[in-house]
Amino acid sequence: MTGSTFVDEHPAPAAARDGGPARVAVEGRGPWRLAWERLRRDRVAMISAAVIAGIVLVAVFAPLVAAVTGHPPDTQYRENGLTPDGLPVRPSTTFWFGTDDLGRDLLVRIAYGARISLLVGVAATGLTVVIGVAVGLAAGYFGGLVDSVLARIVDVALSFPFLLFAISLVSITGPSLTITVFVIAMFAWASVARIVRGQVLSVREKEYVEAARSLGASSLRIMVIDVLPNVLAPVIVYTTLLIPTVIVIEATLSFLGLGTPPPTATWGGMLNDSVNYYREAWWFIVFPGLALLATTLAFNLFGDSVRDAFDPRAGRGST
Amino acid sequence: MSADVPSDGPLLRAEHVVKHFPVRTGWFPGRAPTVVHAVDDVSLEVHAGETLALVGETGCGKSTLARCLTRLHDVTSGRVLFDGADISTLSARRLRPVRRNIQMIFQDPYGSLNPRRRVGSIIGDPYAIHGLADGPERKQHVQELMELVGLNPEHYNRFPADFSGGQRQRIGVARALALRPKLVICDEPVSALDVSIQAQIINLLADLQADFGLTYVVIAHDLSVVRHMSDRVAVMYLGQIVETGPVDEVYDRPRHPYTAALLSALPVPDPDLSDARQRIILTGEVPSPINPPSGCRFHPRCPKAKALCVEQAPPLAVSALDASPVHQVACHFPVQAGEDLTRLQSFEGVTTE
Repeated sequence: MTGSTFVDEHPAPAAARDGGPARVAVEGRGPWRLAWERLRRDRVAMISAAVIAGIVLVAVFAPLVAAVTGHPPDTQYRENGLTPDGLPVRPSTTFWFGTDDLGRDLLVRIAYGARISLLVGVAATGLTVVIGVAVGLAAGYFGGLVDSVLARIVDVALSFPFLLFAISLVSITGPSLTITVFVIAMFAWASVARIVRGQVLSVREKEYVEAARSLGASSLRIMVIDVLPNVLAPVIVYTTLLIPTVIVIEATLSFLGLGTPPPTATWGGMLNDSVNYYREAWWFIVFPGLALLATTLAFNLFGDSVRDAFDPRAGRGST
Repeated sequence: MSADVPSDGPLLRAEHVVKHFPVRTGWFPGRAPTVVHAVDDVSLEVHAGETLALVGETGCGKSTLARCLTRLHDVTSGRVLFDGADISTLSARRLRPVRRNIQMIFQDPYGSLNPRRRVGSIIGDPYAIHGLADGPERKQHVQELMELVGLNPEHYNRFPADFSGGQRQRIGVARALALRPKLVICDEPVSALDVSIQAQIINLLADLQADFGLTYVVIAHDLSVVRHMSDRVAVMYLGQIVETGPVDEVYDRPRHPYTAALLSALPVPDPDLSDARQRIILTGEVPSPINPPSGCRFHPRCPKAKALCVEQAPPLAVSALDASPVHQVACHFPVQAGEDLTRLQSFEGVTTE
């Protein structure tokens, strides 16, 4: 239990107002607060959160990185940024992470690439969650025909060949940031909808939902006030684990030339450019790869911690 | 608030209420649908200011009936009249004002409060839903209610998890009373509580009834609780009312063999009497409400069952043994005073199915 906040069975308002010997906290700590406090105590969560915060700072202040190094992201340094043979130059005091095949500063481009990765990661995940939660809530709460129709749509969305769809869509519209976000959300919402629907099915039968109905609350009010907060925990866990997946998908699409088009710096695009140079220029493949790895690892570890914070019984490392 | 109830006519009246639940047999249509007969042709009346108890075993349909009376379930057929107006077919919008007058107290004090909301916001819900009070005014109302049901108003900002079972039930009572309803339906209000706490909640409900002139429909399976709380009692078996009448009348002179069997299971505080007392042990299980027995639904387990009981369902009516028109029983062969049912364990030529 919450220890100090437990109160006895015989409340005596008068005595309590006099300020009895054992005054207890009047403000209760809700489930959200308890989860947050557990998260605060989790060292892995705090380290990964710091890493994520660092990456966000780099992305936000990418122009500052460019200013410090004096190298704009798209400027090609043909004289000092490429060897006489036209190969990338290795890391030095001028180019801290070396250069790419066109003589551009790799560090600056990684900083700018973080912007695309995080932007797509957050935007696509956000869109995914909004669609998924809305569909899952409606399907689970109303049931019946609504549920049957939405369940079939979810089945279709889950069985769609994702990459083929992405390739054909991009071949029609041309690659862009918006299309990337749209494509990812179109395929990821269905699993969120399934999770939410399952949770709603159990919450819907709770007596507090019946109580709200007998008070005359509208369906929308019940869904938003009574059902949604009680299905949110798994959604939050899934969301923090979805962000790294989306970032990897974005990198994959960029790698395949289906993401944000060049010359915009993306980690996937840089990895694609680097594959022809991995023998001559290790830094070209290692640094963008490390950036991607660190980001997804940090998000995944943080997601694991969030899950543990919401469900302390599961515990880390359990199979 | 309840003084304006018309003195003539019952506050709540159920007429031939039927509730069937279809059982999903599969994805493909065409198969004959299976139906659970949860409530089958129940009629009852509740008068302003009285307490009617619905008793029966688990699964006899008393909770379903209560949810039909509050329109948490739509009835399959029949009518429910509140204050003379049919509420069983009202649209959700037209039903809202009626909901203010019919409130419900739930069985499970753990399931009936949203764990993610503060107590103040839970008790304030009725005001928010009906747009009656806002901000400081609502808080004041809520704290008055908390005081009324014996909670510390300072605990306004706590979560349900910070309270014990009895206190949670008080929160549920406060929420139900917020709009000063005329009728409160209590679905097993104390069965989830500790015995020591049960009395507190029962007394609270009794005090509130006296203060606000409330009308109660209490669902219970604890017969001692029922005798203490209620004016009239209706005994349910497999979705039907088998006996109804004033509580003392039914307890002292049960006419239906099922009622007699239930009452014989009541613990007697005196050990000498307890030894002398004859318990009626019913054989078999409660039959499935999917396929209820023919005739009188109690006949497969009834010590007095005869061939007539298998063929014909007895109507709920005043028995020849009773002069009082309020004591009704649905039995072809009502129990007589002093009759010993324990001797009649073997069926006299009755075959089930």
